[in-house]
Amino acid sequence: MKFEYAPAPESRDIARLKPSYGIFVDGKFRAGRGEAVKTINPATEEPLAEISEAAGSDVDDAVKAARRAYEGAWSKTSPAGRSKYLFRIARAIQERARELAVLESLDNGKPIKESRDVDVPTAAAHFFYYAGWADKLGYAGFGPNPRPIGVAGQIIPWNFPLLMAAWKIAPALATGNTVVLKPAETTPLTAITLAEIIAECDLPPGVVNILPGGPAVGQALVDHPGVDKIAFTGSTGVGKMIQKSVAASGKRVSLELGGKAANIIFDDAPIDQAVEGIVNGIFFNQGHVCCAGSRLLVQESIHDEVIDALHARLETLRMGDPLDKNTDIGAINSAAQLARIRALADSGDDEGAVRWSPECPIPAKGFWFPPTVFTGVSQANRIAREEIFGPVLSVLTFRTPQEAVDKANNTPYGLSAGIWTEKGSRILWTANRLRAGVVWANTFNRFDPTSPFGGYKESGFGREGGRHGLASYLESEAYLAQ
Amino acid sequence: MPSKAKTPAQASGSGTNPGRSGSSGAGSSEARLTVRKTYKLYIGGAFPRSESGRSYPVTDAKGALLAHAAQASRKDLRDAVTAARKAFSGWSGATVYNRGQILYRIAEMLEGRRDQFIAEVVASEGISATKAATQVDAAIDRWVWYAGWADKYAQVAGSTNPVAGPYFNFSLPEPSGVLGIVAPQDSSLLGFVSVVAPAIATGNTVVVLASAQRPLPAVSLAEALATSDLPGGVINLLTGSVDELAPWLAGHRDVNCLDLTGVQPAARVALAEIAADTVKRVYAPARLDLAADPGMSRLAAFTEIKTVWHPIGV
Amino acid sequence: MSATLSTPSAAVSAPAGGIDWSHVGSDNASLRRFLHGLPGVDQVGAEARAAALATRSIKTTAKAWAIDAAIGMVDLTTLEGADTPGKVRSMCAKAARPDPSDPSTPAVAAVCVYPDLVATAVQALHGTGVGVASVATAFPSGRAARKTKLVDVADAVAAGATEIDMVIDRGAFLAGHYSQVFDEIVATKAACGPAHLKVILETGELVTLDSVRRASWLALLAGGDFIKTSTGKIAPAATPPVALVMLQAARDFADRSGDVRGVKLAGGIRTSKEALRYLVMVNEVAGDRWLSPDKFRFGASTLLNDLLQQRHKLTTGAYDGPDYVSLD
Repeated sequence: MKFEYAPAPESRDIARLKPSYGIFVDGKFRAGRGEAVKTINPATEEPLAEISEAAGSDVDDAVKAARRAYEGAWSKTSPAGRSKYLFRIARAIQERARELAVLESLDNGKPIKESRDVDVPTAAAHFFYYAGWADKLGYAGFGPNPRPIGVAGQIIPWNFPLLMAAWKIAPALATGNTVVLKPAETTPLTAITLAEIIAECDLPPGVVNILPGGPAVGQALVDHPGVDKIAFTGSTGVGKMIQKSVAASGKRVSLELGGKAANIIFDDAPIDQAVEGIVNGIFFNQGHVCCAGSRLLVQESIHDEVIDALHARLETLRMGDPLDKNTDIGAINSAAQLARIRALADSGDDEGAVRWSPECPIPAKGFWFPPTVFTGVSQANRIAREEIFGPVLSVLTFRTPQEAVDKANNTPYGLSAGIWTEKGSRILWTANRLRAGVVWANTFNRFDPTSPFGGYKESGFGREGGRHGLASYLESEAYLAQ
Repeated sequence: MPSKAKTPAQASGSGTNPGRSGSSGAGSSEARLTVRKTYKLYIGGAFPRSESGRSYPVTDAKGALLAHAAQASRKDLRDAVTAARKAFSGWSGATVYNRGQILYRIAEMLEGRRDQFIAEVVASEGISATKAATQVDAAIDRWVWYAGWADKYAQVAGSTNPVAGPYFNFSLPEPSGVLGIVAPQDSSLLGFVSVVAPAIATGNTVVVLASAQRPLPAVSLAEALATSDLPGGVINLLTGSVDELAPWLAGHRDVNCLDLTGVQPAARVALAEIAADTVKRVYAPARLDLAADPGMSRLAAFTEIKTVWHPIGV
Repeated sequence: MSATLSTPSAAVSAPAGGIDWSHVGSDNASLRRFLHGLPGVDQVGAEARAAALATRSIKTTAKAWAIDAAIGMVDLTTLEGADTPGKVRSMCAKAARPDPSDPSTPAVAAVCVYPDLVATAVQALHGTGVGVASVATAFPSGRAARKTKLVDVADAVAAGATEIDMVIDRGAFLAGHYSQVFDEIVATKAACGPAHLKVILETGELVTLDSVRRASWLALLAGGDFIKTSTGKIAPAATPPVALVMLQAARDFADRSGDVRGVKLAGGIRTSKEALRYLVMVNEVAGDRWLSPDKFRFGASTLLNDLLQQRHKLTTGAYDGPDYVSLD
C-alpha cells in the first residue's frame, strides 16, 4: 500500500495581507520616502505587497524620534513599566501567532511547520524572557546600577525575520534603550506587523522604529551620528564593513555573522538520533541558518552506515508549498541566494566531491534547491570552507577525536558545532576544544531565550539571548572611559 | 447607590453592611437580593468545606459580620499536604518557561478582578479604597515580578565551578519540596501573595494558612488561581485558627520547609522546635517590608543547591 | 543460516532468515555482546522525532485511506476476566462487519481473545477471513513454568488460533538472562506450528528505549513474526517513542536480513488521530512495506468505534456521536 498525504495547506487569508506597507517612525505608520518595491513570495514569485521603503531622511527622523523617546518617555518609564510593556508584546505575539506564521512563510518561503512551531513561539518567548529582566537588571551580574547605551541601530537578516527582530528588540528595550530596526529587504512583512503589535501595546512613540529598506538604509543607520550602538546579524562580509565604518565613531557594536559549523559524529553515537540531528542541522530552514551544521564530520568507521541511513531519511523529506503543513523543505528566499547556492554546489562537482540528492520534484515556479549531500569532500574544497547558506551538506571523515577537533576548528568561522556520542566525558572533552560559541551535544539547532548565542572568530562578537545577552545593550566601563 | 459601599465585589451594589446586605435598590420597586458567596478551603484544585463541618465568623474592621469562613481541621491540613506532595513532581518538573507563563497568567486573572479585590481588602482591613488599590496593584505586580524570576533564578543562583581537575562541575538550585506557610496576619492579599508567589516560582508546592482574622481576600484569590492554568495542589489554602493548625503543619513529616512569616515572634520558637524533628528549613524573617524590592531571599530560602561532577576525557 | 541459534529446547533452526547471524550465538554472553553493541537510543531525540511526526496533517483523501487502512489493521480485542462466549460472539460479528450501515467498511484483521474462548471465536468467524489471535504463555504476567506456557500455546493453536500473542519473561530480560528469553521465544514459536507468533515485550516494564531496542532485536533474532508493545494491562502501553524504536528495529532487521517482520502496537490507542499518527510513523520510519495488516497491527477495542465515527464524519460531513456505532 502507498500512503499519499493529501495537500494540507494553511489558509493564506490568515495572514491578512495588505496591498501596501510603509515605515513605522515615532509611533506612526507612514510611507517611506525611498523606493516603492514589491516583496514577493519566493515559492511562486508572485508579489505579495508593495513596500514604500525608507530613505536617508527617514533614517534621520527615526533616529531623532528614538533619541527623543530615550531621553523622554522611555527613561521616565520605570523598569517595572518596561517589563510590563514587554510582557504585553509577548502576549500579543502569542495571540496573533498563526497570522504571523503564515505571513512569515509567505514572505520568506520557510515551511509553515517551522514558522508555526519555531519562529513565532520562540519570538514570543524571547520577549517574555527579557520582560522579566527589565526590573531585575541589578541582579544580572553587571554591577549595581547597569545603564542603557542609548539609541540602538539594528539590522537583521531574512532567514528568521520575526525571530531576529525579537532577538534584537527585546533585550534592547529591557535594558532601557530605544531602537531603530531595519528588516531585510526581501522579508519586511512580519517586522512591520510587529510594529503594529508594538503600537497596539501602547509603547511610547519613538521607542521602536522600523524602517524597511535595502543596504543604503542600513548604511545610513550605521553612519548616523545619533546612533550609539549597532547590532547586526548577517554575512561576515557586511559585518566587516560595519565594523570598519564605526571604528572611529565610538559606537558600540555587536555582530552575529556567518558560520561553517562542524557536526561531529563519533562511532558510539545514537545513530538514529544523529541522523535526525544531521537533517535538522543542515536542512532546517533550507539551510538558511548561520549556525547550520554544514560540515558533517563522521568517524570513518561508521561513514557508510551513517550515509546510508541519511540517504534513506532524506527520501522522506517533502519539498514544496511552504504553506502546506506537511512540507519539510520550503523555497530558497531569493533568486540571488539561489544563484549563490548553485554556484557553490557546482564548485563541489568541479572539485571532485560526489553529489547526491533524493528524488525530489522541483516546482515549476519559485526558487528551489533540493536537499543535497556531497560526500568525499576534502578540507580544501570550497564547499568545506565557504558558507553556502543553503540545503547543502559537505561530508568529511576523521579517525580520532583530536583529528575531529582539528578539522572542526580549521575555519575562520566559529559560531556553532555539534557532537554526537553516548559518552559524556567525550562530549565535554570535545566541547572544551571547539572554538565555537554554541556547542550542541546529541542535538542541534536548539534555541531558547535563556541560552546565549553568538560566535567566535569571524562569526562575530557579542551574545544574544540569556543573561549574557543583556551585556550587548548595557553601557560598559571600556566605553565610559573614552 | 453603591457609592458608600465598602463591599466585597460579590455583594457589589449592596448597602452599607458589606457582604451581608440583602438588597440592591437600583431604583426598582422590588429590591434585588444579592447572591452571597460561601468561602471555602482550596485543596488539590477543589473547593471543599472543612471536613470537620466547622466555620467561624469573619468580621470587618468595625466588627460587622462579613461571612462565615471554613475553619480547617488538622485532617484538612493532612489532606492539603497530600495534595501538595502529589502536585510536586509535576510542578517542579514543569519547564521554567511554563511556570513563568502561569505566574503571569495569575497576574492577568487578578487584573480583571481588580475592583473586586479592592472592595474585599477595604472590607477586610478597614483601609481606604485608595490604599487598598495600592495594595492590590502591588499584589498583581508581585506576580509579574516572580513570573520573571521563574526562568532566571537558576541563572543568577547557579554556577559552574572551575574545580582543579578534569571535571565539569556545576551547581543549580532545585525546589525544596512541600512548604508550610503561615501567611501574614495583617496584609490579607499583598502579604499573602508576597509569601506564596516566590515559593511556587522555583517549583515548590505549598500549604498556606491564610490570615486568621482576614482570610476572605485569600479565598477569592484562590478562585482566581483556579482559573489561571495553575495545576491543582500547587497552592493549597486553609482558613481557620493559626494557633490550632500551625503545630500540625510544623510537625507534619512530609513537609520540607516552614515559613513562619505570619507567626508572632513569641510563638515562633515552639514551632521551630517541632520543625527540627524532621530538619525542616525554617524561614522566619524579623519583618516583612511589603513596599520594598522583594529581592531574591525568599527564592533562595526554599531551594536546595545541587552540585554535579562529570569527568572530561576522550 | 545459523545453526548456533537453535537450542536444545528449540525445535526450529535458523529463526532469522537471509543473513548469517552466527556471530550472535545463542549463549547469554554472545547475545549480550550483540544486544549491547546496538547503537544507543537518545531518549530526548527519539521523543522529539516522534513528536515531529505527530505534526503531519492527514486530510481528505489521505484521511479516508488511512482510516480504512487502520480498520483493516485492528486486532479487535477483549481480554477480561468477565469475557463470555456471548461477548466474544458479539465482538466477532462486529469484527467481520464493523459497520452494518456501510458495507464498504473493511473488516478488521483479527480478533484477540484468551485461549479458552478461541473455539468460540473460530466458530463465529468461520468463512469471514478474519483471523483469530490468542494471548498465551500465562498472559499477561508470563509468570509460570515454561511447560505450562507451552501447553497454553498448544491449547490455543489446537482450538484454531491463527496467531499467538506471547509475553516475554520481563524478569529474565531485566536480570540480563537473555538466552532464557530467547530460548522461550524459540520454544513458543515451535509450539505455534503454522500460527504466527507475536512477541509482547511489555515495554512499560522495560522502561528505557535502549531496553526496548534490545528486546525488539532479541525477539526478532529468536524468530518472532511480530514484535508487540504491550499487554494492555500495564501503563504506559504503546507510546510514540516506543513505537518509533520498535519500527526502527524492524526496519534495521529487514535491511540486514531481507526478512520483513511485523510490528503491533497495543494498549492505550483509543482515537483515530493517534492511529493515523502511528500510520504516518510506519510510513516514514519503516516504509510502505509495513503498511499492511500482514506487517502492522493495532491491538485495540475502543479504537474501532472512533475510526468508524471518523469514517461517518467523512461520508456525512457531520460530526458523529457514539449512538451511531455499535457497542462491542
